[in-house]
Amino acid sequence: MGKPTIDHGDQKKLSVLIVDDCSSVQVLHRVWALKLGLEVHIAENGKIAVDLHRSGASFDLILMDLAMPIMNGEQATRELRAMGVDAMIVGVTAYDDGPERQAFVGAGLNACYSKPFTEFNLAPLVQVIKEINEKSI
Amino acid sequence: MAGHVVQLQKQLVDYTASLFNEGFLDDQFNQLQQLQDESNPDFVVEVVSLFFEDSERLLNELAKALDQQNTDFKKVDAHVHQLKGSSSSIGAQRVQRVCIAFRNYCDAQNIEGSVSS
Repeated sequence: MGKPTIDHGDQKKLSVLIVDDCSSVQVLHRVWALKLGLEVHIAENGKIAVDLHRSGASFDLILMDLAMPIMNGEQATRELRAMGVDAMIVGVTAYDDGPERQAFVGAGLNACYSKPFTEFNLAPLVQVIKEINEKSI
Repeated sequence: MAGHVVQLQKQLVDYTASLFNEGFLDDQFNQLQQLQDESNPDFVVEVVSLFFEDSERLLNELAKALDQQNTDFKKVDAHVHQLKGSSSSIGAQRVQRVCIAFRNYCDAQNIEGSVSS
């Protein structure tokens, strides 16, 4: 018969890193994520996000704002990819289509959404990550 | 007493409806309201308060930047961009639209400014 499959019902929570300098946006994205059962971490700017990874943290999903002080989303994405981070990085920006957004995508995003970002955007992303994780078991 | 509370509740409902009708709020605000429940009883107040704090800070920075002799339109643009992002996230449609219009004006000023120099 084999070992009892105790692990299957006990699926580890997916983790999301919300990178945004605006506190009202942080709170909003946090609540959407909690509603979807994610474990939430918040970084106020790109540098904090990069430093977290340098110190060994990893996340299933990163929601990356573009315009932030100290280090913006484009630079942070570039650095994370250069470090070998292959988690899903999704841009969330108030910029409409244009050179800033294109450069952002070019830095290594998996997808880019316009603000306002809601659970209707987040839920399918979470689903995709769950499916990817299941396939790699 | 109960009658008074009911009256206030009705006023709140009517006021909120008028904000939607006049384009001050959009569907994103509806989504916020739906997030409020027993586990997040003061959610709307929390988020809106944060938005007001952020906005106050941004508007102060904007006023400072616009007061300068040679307005740094890049700075002004950055602040308005922030306000656009946060207002769209909470459903403050009128604010968001003003930001979009303002940024177009900034672009125009930039061109004018560089031509005149």
